Amino acid sequence: MKTFNNSNGAQSESKLVKYLLIFTAISFLSIMLLIPLITIFAEAFRKGVEAYFLAFSDEYVLQAIKLTVITALIAVPLNLVFGVCASWAIAKYSFFGKSFLITLIDLPFAVSPVISGFVYVLLFGAQGWFGSWLIENDVQIIFAVPGIVLATIFVTFPFVARELIPLMQEQGNDEEQAALLLGASGLQTFFKVTLPNIKWGLLYGVILCNARAMGEFGAVSVVSGHIQGVTNTMPLQVEILYNEYNFVAAFAVSTLLAILALLTLVLKYILEWKVRRQLQKLKEEE
Amino acid sequence: MRLNFGILKRPKSSIPGFGLTMGYTIFYLSIIVLIPLFALFTEAFSLGWDEFFKATTDDRVVESYKLTFYTSIIAALINTFFGVIVAWCLVRYEFFGKRVFDAMVDLPFALPTAVSGIALTTLYSYQGWFGQYLEPLGFKIVFTPIGITIALIFIGLPFVVRTVQPSLEELEIEQEEAASSLGANRWQTFYKVILPTIFPAVLTGFALSFARALGEYGSVVFISGNMPFKTEISTLLIITKLEQYDYVGATAIAVVMLLISFVMLLFINILQRWSSRRRGMEAI
Repeated sequence: MKTFNNSNGAQSESKLVKYLLIFTAISFLSIMLLIPLITIFAEAFRKGVEAYFLAFSDEYVLQAIKLTVITALIAVPLNLVFGVCASWAIAKYSFFGKSFLITLIDLPFAVSPVISGFVYVLLFGAQGWFGSWLIENDVQIIFAVPGIVLATIFVTFPFVARELIPLMQEQGNDEEQAALLLGASGLQTFFKVTLPNIKWGLLYGVILCNARAMGEFGAVSVVSGHIQGVTNTMPLQVEILYNEYNFVAAFAVSTLLAILALLTLVLKYILEWKVRRQLQKLKEEE
Repeated sequence: MRLNFGILKRPKSSIPGFGLTMGYTIFYLSIIVLIPLFALFTEAFSLGWDEFFKATTDDRVVESYKLTFYTSIIAALINTFFGVIVAWCLVRYEFFGKRVFDAMVDLPFALPTAVSGIALTTLYSYQGWFGQYLEPLGFKIVFTPIGITIALIFIGLPFVVRTVQPSLEELEIEQEEAASSLGANRWQTFYKVILPTIFPAVLTGFALSFARALGEYGSVVFISGNMPFKTEISTLLIITKLEQYDYVGATAIAVVMLLISFVMLLFINILQRWSSRRRGMEAI
């Protein structure tokens, strides 16, 4: 912002106010975000590099990592397919009740993670709706891996859809209609026309979805049963290690999750820029 | 479900796949989200009014509501104040490390809550980087409502910044120039021109941050100490009741919290409509 009278305070703040505001903002962000982030790494390496790596020789930690990856590998693709279907149905057609449907899709974000886990206990727990049927047929969902996957799907449910819906609405139907007119099939149109147009937005949604899937704690905590080596994901293992006063190991596992978070932020930043540029181009063409 | 299909008349469009994608959307939405939430409400209704009332007005439960409410609202207010300053600096000024700080605002979204929970607890405990200086001064943070509030500030931080940022970017400099050429000083310009324009966004950010804080669990449990009547938040009480197989108690608290979330969601939707309409008017 360039103004002629920067210093006399009419159109712009005085230098003093400006530096005071910047100082406040940087202090707030440093105290609330940067220092807690540094703490994670400092605590993990408090007793040296060897102690840090020792944490990863623990059988339970390795199994927790494995379960976290498996959970994300199931939950993310399922929500990806849903996200693409939902945004196709919502963006390509006009129908009554559209904004209500979008609100319903966003619903899991408004629900507390603890409640997200709890609803599945009510359905599939021993005292739940399907409880006795499940026991008779020897299927276990709560306090087992399926429950963890379900709770993870619930909390990450809207990520891909809410990214794609506005993007596809902005892009409209013209290109698809042209492709169909030229004889392409529906699937061909989707893969050759729509997908290349939405790929950055899609990736953006997937990355956020994955970060939450791997890091979810509250919802998974309710359905997990905390059986070490069986139903513990990484965040749950962090809790157990911390409560056992094994701080170095707790923070060592946390560093992996923190690195994942930092990677997510970097990719998010890049993709946001790409999506914004794509949207700008669309607007210019209009 | 039939109701939904009744409303959704097949729209006229040459694009194929409406039946398939809409069918799958409604099917998946129902089994993952709607039916489980419906189960919670059914369960609550089957309790009977007396039992429900007793479970939700139990002293320990009421104390947890109060604590959750107060800490959430204080955290949201603090986030609103600093969030507007942060958003202002990120939009209006250039300073060293701006891009890094901008990207870092989303950290609470990306970092698992359990990790932020143990990091904050360590930081403010009596041996921690902050705690070792604060405790001798008489500020005990860990295992007190102050600690809970700090955790809630952490997780609600991105909301205000990320809702206010775009509305500041869209502000037209001409309005500020007009105000100042008509003799307003900078503070008057901010107070009478800028603030009313960004106010819906500020309020939305506040509401989002507050709503998120109400349901938070992971980042709070470590720093709160979980003492009944003192530092026990409502989400933790649900888990405690579940662990004691007190499904009635857990259901009752969960339904009350869910209803509050829905009211917040409705309020936020109305706010967002208001702020986009306001922006739309300015475009004209």
